[in-house]
Amino acid sequence: MESVGNLIVYAVIAIAIIVFSVLTVTTRKILRSATYLLFVLFATAGIYFQLDYEFLGAVQIAVYAGGILVLFVFAIMLTHQPGRDAQLLESRRRWLGILAAVLGVAVCAYALFSHSAMCAATLGQIPDFDIAQLGHWLLSTDKYGYLLPFEAISILLLACIIGGVVIARRR
Amino acid sequence: MNLNILMYLIPSLIMFGCGVYGFITRKNMIAIMISLELMLNAVDINFVVFNRFLFPGQMEGMFFTLFAIAIAAAETALALAIIINVFRAMRNVDITDINRLKF
Amino acid sequence: MPFEYTIAVVAIPLFMFLFLGLGGTQMGRKITGVLGVIGMLVTTVLAYGVALTYFFGTGQGQVVDGVRQAITVMNPDWLSFSENLVVRMGIMLDPIAAMMLIVITTVSLMVHLYSLGYMCDHHGHPEKGFQRYYAFLALFTFSMLGLVVATNIFQIFIFFEMVGVSSYLLIGFYYSSPAAVHASKKAFIVTRLADLFFLIGILVLSYYTGTFDFDKLVGNMATAQSAVASAGGATFMGCSVIAWALTFIFIGGAGKSAMYPLHIWLPDAMEGPTPVSALIHAATMVVAGVFLVARLFPLYVIEQGAMDIILVTGAFTAFYAAAIACVQSDIKRALAFSTISQIAFMMTSLAVSSNHSELITIHGGQGLGYMASMFHLFTHAMFKALLFLCAGAIIHAVHSNENSDMHGLHKFMPITSIAFLIGCLAIAGIPPFAGFWSKDEILVAAYERGLGWGLWMSAVAGMTAFYMFRIYLLIFFWKKHKVHTEHEPADQPWTMTLPLIILATISIVAGFVPAAKMFTWDGAALHTQLNWTVAGSSVLIACVGIALAFRLYYKENDLPARMKASAHGLWTAAYHRFYMDELYQFITHKLVFGLLSVPIAWFDRHIIDGTMNLMANVTNQCSFAIRRLQSGSIQAYVYIYLIGALTVAVATIVCVLI
Repeated sequence: MESVGNLIVYAVIAIAIIVFSVLTVTTRKILRSATYLLFVLFATAGIYFQLDYEFLGAVQIAVYAGGILVLFVFAIMLTHQPGRDAQLLESRRRWLGILAAVLGVAVCAYALFSHSAMCAATLGQIPDFDIAQLGHWLLSTDKYGYLLPFEAISILLLACIIGGVVIARRR
Repeated sequence: MNLNILMYLIPSLIMFGCGVYGFITRKNMIAIMISLELMLNAVDINFVVFNRFLFPGQMEGMFFTLFAIAIAAAETALALAIIINVFRAMRNVDITDINRLKF
Repeated sequence: MPFEYTIAVVAIPLFMFLFLGLGGTQMGRKITGVLGVIGMLVTTVLAYGVALTYFFGTGQGQVVDGVRQAITVMNPDWLSFSENLVVRMGIMLDPIAAMMLIVITTVSLMVHLYSLGYMCDHHGHPEKGFQRYYAFLALFTFSMLGLVVATNIFQIFIFFEMVGVSSYLLIGFYYSSPAAVHASKKAFIVTRLADLFFLIGILVLSYYTGTFDFDKLVGNMATAQSAVASAGGATFMGCSVIAWALTFIFIGGAGKSAMYPLHIWLPDAMEGPTPVSALIHAATMVVAGVFLVARLFPLYVIEQGAMDIILVTGAFTAFYAAAIACVQSDIKRALAFSTISQIAFMMTSLAVSSNHSELITIHGGQGLGYMASMFHLFTHAMFKALLFLCAGAIIHAVHSNENSDMHGLHKFMPITSIAFLIGCLAIAGIPPFAGFWSKDEILVAAYERGLGWGLWMSAVAGMTAFYMFRIYLLIFFWKKHKVHTEHEPADQPWTMTLPLIILATISIVAGFVPAAKMFTWDGAALHTQLNWTVAGSSVLIACVGIALAFRLYYKENDLPARMKASAHGLWTAAYHRFYMDELYQFITHKLVFGLLSVPIAWFDRHIIDGTMNLMANVTNQCSFAIRRLQSGSIQAYVYIYLIGALTVAVATIVCVLI
């Protein structure tokens, strides 16, 4: 049996996610859209915290909320002409979008509910670990080591840095 | 009442649906990127939730999410650089108007 | 002088071509011309050294048993098809190659020098394209030199094509004039057509004899016989294949040497600059055909059938061209027909010399006609170049080719007049000028073959004297000159006069070259003596021709006009060159184009191209029809992808439920 506080926190997070997700894609002001996305990302971080992945939550806030969102805001500022909001969507396009989204959600929901047996699973105990342990995992080649993906990601980041420089360079 | 796996997956699913809707309907390229982030985030949540509830003794889901966040950051940075460059050339970020190379 | 210098003789013009052609635009026009002349001068000196060493040197192995040996300077493999079928690119010296080296370099040097003055506008500045002109001259000289020193027939073919190309380029030098463009195309196509036969002949010959090399084909009479024997008596339509091959090769030579009926390009080629006409279309390239036949002489001797074709063609052409030359009013064309006639003389002479049995039995003997032909080639190159250069000087002075614009120029251009007179006397065969000695040998050879041939050739020689003096008198006498242009015509600057004087001197003395000891087909000295009957009669005929010309054309009178009126049909026909060009025009345009090319073109355009176009169009229309699918809009792709994924998912669910 969960504590009531936990449930309340969950309810707040879930409602925030649902409401702000919808607002993100329906608002006509692009800057607001980015702000709502920030809230969604914070709520996601909340989920991570609630599920005892504190490090992941911290990364979520630092990278997503702190880095990517700032990038978005910069891009919006650079490209946005004030007063030019997105036009109202033509209804055909909107209905097509809604149809696709709802259909997809429906199919996935059906899949979820048809496997409701797994709902029995509850929060168990997770192994205790600190950041040092995490660093060892990241850089080890043991069974639960992630050196290879770590290096692959580093190369990807390097490629992105070079690509960013090349693209942004003045001709 | 226990918090079960479904209670986390439903908001994630709705977030994903919103992302799909936004991706299909929006015209501003940055808005499309935002929708993309939403979808990515939903998937991240799924990884974590499945890991936490079904395989609490292991860390694969968490690490996958970690890497996904890193990739998302890189991809977003690059995409935004491209968008700004396109804006510099076309004075516009509306995806329906950027069709000079079409046909 | 070591024979290795021959390599330099060939290489320097090639270098000059590349140097002037690539670097000419960077240098001044005048500098380019002077450099071209200097390069040619060096080449000439080396060529004289090599040739004189060859003819008079007594180095080791040069003369064996009184026979001057052919010397192969170098002969590297170029293309190896099989073990014994190898194309080589080499340099070989034998009497005619050495003689041709002298002819080519002398005339080329004179033309290089002369062009310095001729290729200038009336202010004395070099014309546009001066560098290109000199580069092409060097290219031509290189090609011609490469042709005469060739060690095998394939090399000759390659250089045959190259002289054709350089001739084409030089005829079309004034490419802004439609006539020049037409003439260059005509020359190229006609000679190219003939070269096709040449190539077929080469292939047939080498297929049956298994070699391209001259030392294996015609090294001496014995090798020639074994070469013919290696064909194994194979025949085609009743004649031996070797005879066919030789006939085809002769057709190639006839194209270059303007034998009837392939002569039509040469008069038109006079559209080129006059020095070019002197170099290419009078002295060197047009005798390439004669040279070719002379090269393969032993084979032609054995295959008498092919030789008879040459004899008939040559004799007819000599008369035909002489007849036309008698009525032409354009002096360059008249000279062109005179050239055709004289080359035909050489061909005939080659052909009459071969008395089969004699040559076989008296090994190394006879071959008088061969020697006479080569001798005439030598002297003719000199005096015909002289005549053309004189004509160039006259044209440069009066700006016209028509002799009606000239008349009475003797007072204005005395040096040119005397030089022209020397040339006329030489070609007419008046002793002691060069033409007499060589033409006399030809007539002797013709009389030895048969009285009829001799009389025929004597008559043509008389016509030669007549038409040459007709040209001369109409240009320099006839009546007082009317000045058409702002300047009075006068002798030209020294760059143009000096070559005239040099060539005139050569034309006077060239007859005393001991040709009988030098230009023989096997290298052995030939013992000849002046045949007084023939010599006397030929001089007499020439004098009659000259006297007739003086009677008709020295002072203005109406006799020529009356003669023209009385034989008007004949005159018109001759003036229009007996309508050969019209006949060609009819054959090519009406028959070949109309009946052959048009249907082929239709087939090509509609059936072959049509198939291709159909395939392309179908592909194109399919692409157009489906290109909208690839909109480039990523959202549309996502939507379609989503629909596909959902369809699969729904289908799966439905299947599971059922």
